[in-house]
Amino acid sequence: MSHPQAATEFLKDQAKAKWHDETLWFVRDKRDRISKTIPEWEDLRNLASQIKENVLSKLDVYLEEFEQKALQNGIQVHWAANAEEHNQIVLSILQKQQCTAIVKSKSILTEECHLNPYLEKYGIEVVDTDLGERIVQFLNQPPSHIVLPAIHLKKGEISELFHEKLHTEKGNEDPAYLTHAARLHLREKFLKAKVAITGVNFAVAETGEFVVCTNEGNADMGVHLADVHIACMGIEKIIPRRKDLGVFLRLLARSATGQPVTNYNSHFRSPAKGKEIHIILVDNGRTAQLAREKFRNSLKCIRCGACMNTCPIYRRSGGFSYGSTVPGPIGSILSPGLDMKKYSTLPFASTLCGSCSDVCPVKINIHEQLYEWRQEITKTHGELGKGLSMKLANGIFKSPLAYKISGNLMRTALKTLPKSLIYHPINSWGKGRNLPETPQESFKDWYQKNRK
Amino acid sequence: MNLKAPHIGLFIPCYVDQFYPNVGIASLELLEKFGCKVSYPLGQTCCGQPMANAGYERDTEGTARHFIELFKDFDYIVAPSGSCVLHVKEHFPKLPDLEKEHRAIHDKIFELTEFLTDILQVKDLKGKFPHKVGYHASCHGQRGLRLASSSEMNGTPFNKAKSLLENLEGLQWMTLSRTDECCGFGGTFSVSEEALSLRMGKDRLDDHEQHQVEILTGGDMSCIMHLQGIASREGRKVKFMHLAEILNQAIQ
Repeated sequence: MSHPQAATEFLKDQAKAKWHDETLWFVRDKRDRISKTIPEWEDLRNLASQIKENVLSKLDVYLEEFEQKALQNGIQVHWAANAEEHNQIVLSILQKQQCTAIVKSKSILTEECHLNPYLEKYGIEVVDTDLGERIVQFLNQPPSHIVLPAIHLKKGEISELFHEKLHTEKGNEDPAYLTHAARLHLREKFLKAKVAITGVNFAVAETGEFVVCTNEGNADMGVHLADVHIACMGIEKIIPRRKDLGVFLRLLARSATGQPVTNYNSHFRSPAKGKEIHIILVDNGRTAQLAREKFRNSLKCIRCGACMNTCPIYRRSGGFSYGSTVPGPIGSILSPGLDMKKYSTLPFASTLCGSCSDVCPVKINIHEQLYEWRQEITKTHGELGKGLSMKLANGIFKSPLAYKISGNLMRTALKTLPKSLIYHPINSWGKGRNLPETPQESFKDWYQKNRK
Repeated sequence: MNLKAPHIGLFIPCYVDQFYPNVGIASLELLEKFGCKVSYPLGQTCCGQPMANAGYERDTEGTARHFIELFKDFDYIVAPSGSCVLHVKEHFPKLPDLEKEHRAIHDKIFELTEFLTDILQVKDLKGKFPHKVGYHASCHGQRGLRLASSSEMNGTPFNKAKSLLENLEGLQWMTLSRTDECCGFGGTFSVSEEALSLRMGKDRLDDHEQHQVEILTGGDMSCIMHLQGIASREGRKVKFMHLAEILNQAIQ
């Protein structure tokens, strides 16, 4: 489904769409307020952006430094060129451990690689332990937001779902009650899992350690109870020094949810005695994106989701309308790099308002990249009609006489044509909007009469 | 008219020329009231923005070339549209033989309100406009040209339009809940994403209505055309004026 179709579908339930918009606006507003309590906020954004610039220009060097340090720390390092390789590596570790049930804390990368269905094919039970992720997993849905995976669901829907899956009281919508039920359910899963998978928020090249940020402590719970920890990381998550972390940790939670800091920022450096840590460094299209000059700095993204919360389109069309693992503005500049045809409508699902770029903690020029993707997409996937009308328009606008004739024709036509024709159903302007009243003369006519 | 004054080329966007001649007239008269020497080059057409934003910047060479040739000799170029000005500055296709001229135009083209506040240094305007006014910040003016501080960023708040309007006698500046959210016009977006565009427009209108706005103003008629189109279809009471029209009417 194209983005406009999906958005139209989403907007059919106007009350829910309004609720969705207001819920995410609340998060954005919280982010605005807390960011304004930090006088050096804009300096932090600059700094973060520059650190990431440096990372992208020396990605190979930092990755090798990280690998070397991680190996010294006793971490087992794997490299995956794509999703398939990533999934195979995970599977081979699980098979070696003879493990049939794992717990996973939030990792957008494993979503991107479609790890869950892959492992399930091999008879492995995967339990997402982030509350929001567990909820969408129960529903067999992907996350609709990278930080707030179940933000598209209302309390009542979750209550009903938990009644069905966890046998909670019917109609009890109390968040504390429902959360408690989820805790009991997940505790059982934590205790049984021999292997825990986490994502990686930051990996430090100079120390070979990595950091995982969660609010629920579910990553820590999973990792500490399991014998083997597998961390899956996109190669762009590297930062040079431990001291750079401060910049990013100050920005991440404030941008994401308006909290001063995530509840748990856990550093993993070496496995405890008798345990194993594996880290999988995944490319999956990232080096290809790095090679695209206009789009490379999209790799600066720290996955805070602020661009989704601020986006007037995302708020009113929902995460699923994008049909990509990462939705919203950042998804619309990352996804076309993976499959330009499949995601060809995404860069057009924007008014280029620029709010995403102003909110981005690492200053990715998201709306400018949306504009640039449009230029690329029309080269290969432009519908012929649109291409022709644009060429025609250029023919008109480069010639003053042609412009005058067509302008006069248009104004006359609008005045004389019957309303039923102007507001024909195929004219999507007229479905919910009137056209401006047509004036007697253009400004140009007036100017020639009055000023020449 | 001050003959020593710099010569301004008035750039009237194509849809303003065709649909809103009064906005063009108000812009011209306003600049003249401030003693400017203004000419409107008759050969002007469109800046090419609708094509470029639809992904066809490469097809706008002729349009851009025509614009540069027509306006390159003026001291300043002024337009009552943030969106078109931003396009001329940022999104003209590369024209190797006119690179120098385009760079010069980049630095001397201004949206009307910023020309008044930054170049003419207009302060403490005397005039009268006894109405409750709501300001629609068009995104390209707001975040593209930085005509006002954006709500996402942490800096000293400012708003160039407000600084011009707030001293007018009787004018009440109505602060909105969402001061700079997009109205959903977005050029071809308004038709390609029709459902979203309408929803966004209605939400903006609701915000203005909830704050008792009588007259909704802004620096871009494209956003206003969209908002006015919805308001008139739905029989809403709010009225619409371009900033230039308010200023020109208020200042005698």
